[in-house]
Amino acid sequence: MWKASEYAGWGRVHRAEGELARPERARAVAALASEGPALGARRSYGDACLVDGGRAVDMGRLDRYLSFDPENGLLTVEAGCALGQIAKDFAGRGWLPAVMPGTGFATVGGGIAMNVHGKNHHGAGAFGDHVTEIRLETPSGAKVAKPGEPLFLATVGGLGQTGIITQATLKLTACKGDLMMVTERRIPDLETFCDLLDASQATYTVGWIDATVWGDNLGRGILEEGETGSGLVPAAKRGKKVPFDAPGWALSSPVVKTFNAAYYRRVPTSGRTVVKPIDDFFFPLDKIHDWNRLYGKAGFHQFQCVLPVDRRDALRKMMDKIARAGLASPLAVLKRMGPGSPGYLSFPTEGYTLAVDFPNRKGAAPLVHDLNAMTLEAGGRIYLAKDSIATAAQVKAMYPDWQIWSEACDAVDPERSLITDIVKRLELRAAT
Amino acid sequence: MKETWVILGATSSMARGLARLLAARGAGLLLAGRDMADLEATASDCALRGARFAEAVKFDARDPETFGPIIARLGDEDGSLNCACFVGSMPPQAEIDADPALIEGVIADSFTGPARFITQLAPLIEARQMGAVVGVGSVAGDRGRVGNYVYGASKAGFHAYLSGLRNRLTRAGAHVVTVKPGFVDTAMTWGLPGMFLVAPPEAVGQSILKAVEKGRNVIYTPFFWRYIMMIIRAVPEPIFKKMSI
Repeated sequence: MWKASEYAGWGRVHRAEGELARPERARAVAALASEGPALGARRSYGDACLVDGGRAVDMGRLDRYLSFDPENGLLTVEAGCALGQIAKDFAGRGWLPAVMPGTGFATVGGGIAMNVHGKNHHGAGAFGDHVTEIRLETPSGAKVAKPGEPLFLATVGGLGQTGIITQATLKLTACKGDLMMVTERRIPDLETFCDLLDASQATYTVGWIDATVWGDNLGRGILEEGETGSGLVPAAKRGKKVPFDAPGWALSSPVVKTFNAAYYRRVPTSGRTVVKPIDDFFFPLDKIHDWNRLYGKAGFHQFQCVLPVDRRDALRKMMDKIARAGLASPLAVLKRMGPGSPGYLSFPTEGYTLAVDFPNRKGAAPLVHDLNAMTLEAGGRIYLAKDSIATAAQVKAMYPDWQIWSEACDAVDPERSLITDIVKRLELRAAT
Repeated sequence: MKETWVILGATSSMARGLARLLAARGAGLLLAGRDMADLEATASDCALRGARFAEAVKFDARDPETFGPIIARLGDEDGSLNCACFVGSMPPQAEIDADPALIEGVIADSFTGPARFITQLAPLIEARQMGAVVGVGSVAGDRGRVGNYVYGASKAGFHAYLSGLRNRLTRAGAHVVTVKPGFVDTAMTWGLPGMFLVAPPEAVGQSILKAVEKGRNVIYTPFFWRYIMMIIRAVPEPIFKKMSI
């Protein structure tokens, strides 16, 4: 029933040794609810998906579709369903998950626990905004949470602390077909980027940023705007796998600078519109299995914050600091988020969200630490699905509802048996 | 070609993998087992993945009363009738050694129950002059070992049964596949010590369908277990009896 396991977050900087259960039948979950929190696909970067020295429940085998109403797009699924699989299975019938994060491997349960967002946050909100019911097995029994209820607000973005999510009902969004029309444009600098992100009318909008340049070119990148469409394109090529840990120099500063410059010039100056299969647009990195190994054995950190719209100055300072540090990888994304969502500990709030990967080299952790401090100063917040560096004081200041959340968790988990490494590190459920 | 499958032991993850593949190609499915709530969930899943129909049906290897209704339901469908059997139970050998009465249950679950069901079903398949029976045995049935010899013995019996059934159904244009999985990543092997080269359960489903298509008789899955077992069978008994593998 319990398997001794060693596992890591997606960034591979932190690891856990502990016991995992992996139930294959729904009825087995109730007995596990007091043993430990649920884990999904473990695509959180830091320590949100780790229980070092404790027990956790891998929900990957409970991944069935339970009901679907083609009249209104309501899909009830088990929590282990991967969002990319739902997209694949339902796009052809004209439906997509209303919100999809950057990886299709993320599960429904994980999507709720992190209240993930996607390239359409400015128009559609976050994952939790499209969940109409959550079923949980908690240490104090089976519960059903509906939007607006305290248990729902504590569960959406709640880091798995309210019990094991077993099922959820998602309101899918209608789509025209299973391909994307994507318009790509070069953007010369940060100010233009922010203006265009603010003005974008597209359903899906995302910016790739070259985080290695400063001065006049600071914030240059490519703006992608997408809409679903129908038609015929060749099926996506089969994924490749990274077979070994890459050496440290693979993502060294000169390599990244050269790559980024070429990537920027790939799009013609006049821009272009291309047609892609949906997976290619939503989950570009999923084609390369285990791409986290490209960062080598030491792993990597991802920093992601959201800053209020009137703090472009802080965003500029951050990007300048990042570029001059020479640690950034090609993975840097800028997006405009719409109004915030319900969820006491939910990340998405209105503003600009910046996400940058840093190989775990000397200086990376202090850099992220400084960026966290700058985020707090600017009145923004960091994304707990990515974090492994912030301090308890910082996060508590960024998430003013944390105490309400903590009490709601204690209401269903009075023994605090669901605590994960991130919750421990940030003292989010410590005795107050 | 309209096809209908009854899947015995459909709560197992290997069976679920096969059911999903069959659903995707539009087969009709009778998902048979004891945990009805779980079977209902798998039935909904298969229906949403394209199955012509998917129904949960009660099947208990130790209760032959449950067999008749399933076979009657299967007979209502036209086209090819097929059966895949994933039933079996493997209590730790030490528990059996302490309580020999457990042997009867293991044999009923892994051999005599399924054999009785399939024998009852066979005339229906013969009458259609087509169809397939897939029996999931185990590499444990290839040679008795100290670690699980009662389970191994029941699977060995099932293998011999399937071999004879193949002999019989071939005459009626139907086919029998014996499947011998090695270590598969299921609830049965989760956390067991000494596991290596563990295959995902979906891979078993795929190799089963391929074997049915190609008319293979006995398959090992993953394939390399054929060679591992060749070696294990070749070890002379005077040596084998002293080994603990």
